[in-house]
Amino acid sequence: MTETIGIWIAAFLTLCMFSFLYKDNPFYKFAEHLFVGVSMGYYIPYTYYNAFIPYAYEPLFLKKEYILIIPFIIGFLYWFRFSSKYSWVSRYPIAFSMGMVGMGVPMNMHANVLVQMRTMMLPLNSINIILIFVGTISILLYFFFSKAHKGVYGKFTSIGVWFMMVGFGASFGYTVMARISLLIGRIQFLLGDWLGLIK
Amino acid sequence: MKRQIPLMIVLILGLLFVAHVFIPNKLSSDYLDWFMKWMKVIGPFAIVLGVFSLVYVHYNKIKRKAPTWGYSIVTLTALVVTTAVGFIWGIQEGTPYMWIFKNFNVPLGATMFSLLAFYIASAAYKAFRARSIEATVLLVAAIIVMLGRVSIGQAITHWIPDITEWILNVPNLAAKRGIALGVGLGMTATSLKIMLGIERSYLGGKD
Repeated sequence: MTETIGIWIAAFLTLCMFSFLYKDNPFYKFAEHLFVGVSMGYYIPYTYYNAFIPYAYEPLFLKKEYILIIPFIIGFLYWFRFSSKYSWVSRYPIAFSMGMVGMGVPMNMHANVLVQMRTMMLPLNSINIILIFVGTISILLYFFFSKAHKGVYGKFTSIGVWFMMVGFGASFGYTVMARISLLIGRIQFLLGDWLGLIK
Repeated sequence: MKRQIPLMIVLILGLLFVAHVFIPNKLSSDYLDWFMKWMKVIGPFAIVLGVFSLVYVHYNKIKRKAPTWGYSIVTLTALVVTTAVGFIWGIQEGTPYMWIFKNFNVPLGATMFSLLAFYIASAAYKAFRARSIEATVLLVAAIIVMLGRVSIGQAITHWIPDITEWILNVPNLAAKRGIALGVGLGMTATSLKIMLGIERSYLGGKD
């Protein structure tokens, strides 16, 4: 019984969302606002049970790890954001979490720069490897703004634009496919689970 | 006190993280464990900011009887009911909380994102309907990749999946690599700017 009610609710909400294809309307607005409330309502108990209880409450109050009072207090400092006079206090927990950018410096250099350069340094013994090499260099030069894109240099950087357009096209194609597969999923739900027209 | 100490915290923790990566030993791995343990305690407190912000915006809309204020009641009711259900019956599989997730969250989220299939197509038509050679290249690459990933592409000609693979493995790889190099350098520079206190917009506020 609850499953049937759930399917009918899900179908109604799906149709409310699809009604936006006609135009903005009260059914869509209702579904949109409901989605915001339910999503936030979902994350509150989820965070409480999966983050606060195991990592904050239990170690501090049950396992008596009193040192954790310090991050507890730092966490509370977030709430000073609500005070117009003392909102600067909330900078302390923000600064604490921003400390992680230090790890980003070597990690980014490694993953996005050094590894990419290393995988590019291959013997130029096939057309495809030459194309990848030329494409990467021309794209990098396209983003080098200290020299005007004119003459031979300009022509070479325009090759980079072509490579990027193909790359963007491929990414766009993938994005469309992902959205279409979601759409197929919803249509299957409506025709299969709800109306029972397809098995 | 208001700005200098937070900037000092970022600098010191940042330098320790740099050291952690370059000097792998027990002390540096203990530092990472300590930091992660503390962040797991601090993190959940931040959700209160999000909840308060949402409640504040919608409460004010209702109070001021702003246009479409009735929908704010829907948002706040959904927020309170879902939260209460989660706290009363727990969040395990088979609870009313998971029933709400399955029958409200999942269909709403999936349908909202599936709507983008229509809008992405119309936006693409408006944005790059072969106005230039570059736009045509983008359009052709997108069409080939889309066709190459479904069975109709294979049915038209076996060349389409082959060309798709080539597009993904050669020009697409070159584009991704060039962009990744730029992004990597940009992220490194931004991280350094944050660590050294040059970029401090994340602190917000005036004073």
